[in-house]
Amino acid sequence: MSACPDKEALLHGLLDGELDAVNAQAFEAHLKTCAGCAAAFTELQGLKARVGAPGVAWRAPDALRQRIEAMTAPAPPPRRTLRKAAPWAVSGVFAAIAASLAVMVAQPIAIAGLEDELVASHVRSTLAEHLVDVQTSDRHVVKPWFNGRIDFAPPVIDLVDQGFPLAGGRLDYIDHRVVAALVYRHNRHVVNLFVWPAKPGGAEPATIARGGYSVVHWTERGLEFWAVSDIEAKDLASFERAFQAHAPS
Amino acid sequence: MTGRILPFGPRLAPPPEPVAPRGGVRRADEVDEEGLTPTDHERFRRVVLPHMDSAYNFARYLCRDPSQAEDLVQDAFLRAFRGFRGFRGGDPRAWLFAIVRSSHLTWARSQGGQRVQPFPADVEQAPTEDDTPEAALVRQGEVDMVRGAIAALPEPFRETLVLRELEELSYREIAEATSAPIGTVMSRLARARQMLLAALPPLLPTEEQRP
Repeated sequence: MSACPDKEALLHGLLDGELDAVNAQAFEAHLKTCAGCAAAFTELQGLKARVGAPGVAWRAPDALRQRIEAMTAPAPPPRRTLRKAAPWAVSGVFAAIAASLAVMVAQPIAIAGLEDELVASHVRSTLAEHLVDVQTSDRHVVKPWFNGRIDFAPPVIDLVDQGFPLAGGRLDYIDHRVVAALVYRHNRHVVNLFVWPAKPGGAEPATIARGGYSVVHWTERGLEFWAVSDIEAKDLASFERAFQAHAPS
Repeated sequence: MTGRILPFGPRLAPPPEPVAPRGGVRRADEVDEEGLTPTDHERFRRVVLPHMDSAYNFARYLCRDPSQAEDLVQDAFLRAFRGFRGFRGGDPRAWLFAIVRSSHLTWARSQGGQRVQPFPADVEQAPTEDDTPEAALVRQGEVDMVRGAIAALPEPFRETLVLRELEELSYREIAEATSAPIGTVMSRLARARQMLLAALPPLLPTEEQRP
């Protein structure tokens, strides 16, 4: 017993509530008299219930949710002080970050918003399991991965011989723009190297200590590099030297 | 602890004039200073962010790979965010799905078919989220089976079915999201359902007799 061949559109249309009143009424009347169509309709209703059952649809993982919420957080005012109430800090999961920010807030140091953003991003990357989007030590995989995702090409080099094996790459959102983050490991620590095109009059090269984190900044071939890690400043400085020495020229 | 403080003047000054786009690619940092106002941010978070589960669900069924789905959704939200001014109103989901779908197609094309697996992760075994009681165990088997059957559908049928049955889009919205004529949407949906009926075993071993 099967449905009338010419009634398929009506069958599905009724099931999906897409028929207008006249057609719906007419087809419901047909269902009362046609056993084949009625059976097919019942079968489709059963299928609809199984497909629509709870659990069949996927839910976004929390880590993804947090990344996207951080990405779309309202821009802080340009001359901000430290972000005491960063939007993502509101969520309970980020209580740990909030705590670490609070430590930084407590320090009587001058404000440099970008560095705080970089350090916060570094901390976030290690807490929220969003260390890498592309996880590989193969620079030939990491480099093309950035293609089409950002409009510049960060130099991707592996520094395994210098004690900084490449762990992967990631997109991040710093200073109102999407940036590349190269992730290196050093013993059990993580070095995030943020890269984006330099603007004229950018910051001078510098080494900064900030709340237990070291930040090293340099500019090379029109790109700004910011390395952030919890390793010691001298180790991060040697990372910079190694990177500069091996960067393609 | 307190290191040298960076001279931060230049960065706090008004943004420098935009550099000409390279290779026709839009500069990523057009977003804020030139693009979206704080009001836009707020509106985006109110209008678009609530549909993250929907976007992920669609992406997951499209690419059938958990980490690839995360990439797709993140990429799609970034693109949606940048292009939010272009959102004309209407159901934000149909708009969002179209962006997810185009991200997926771009990615699939860039793979040149070399990573098209006949049976990706989600088809064979669908790992599941937290579910507590014992009864869930039985139900989970059914859920995995249904997920697997959907994942095994060819893409045009799969995306149409997911948008209709899981996201409850109307035929017209599906047509919009998938750039297909409405008649095509209808025939794909019917075909998808027939394929699922053929693939899924009956729900109960002792099925009640039909009228």
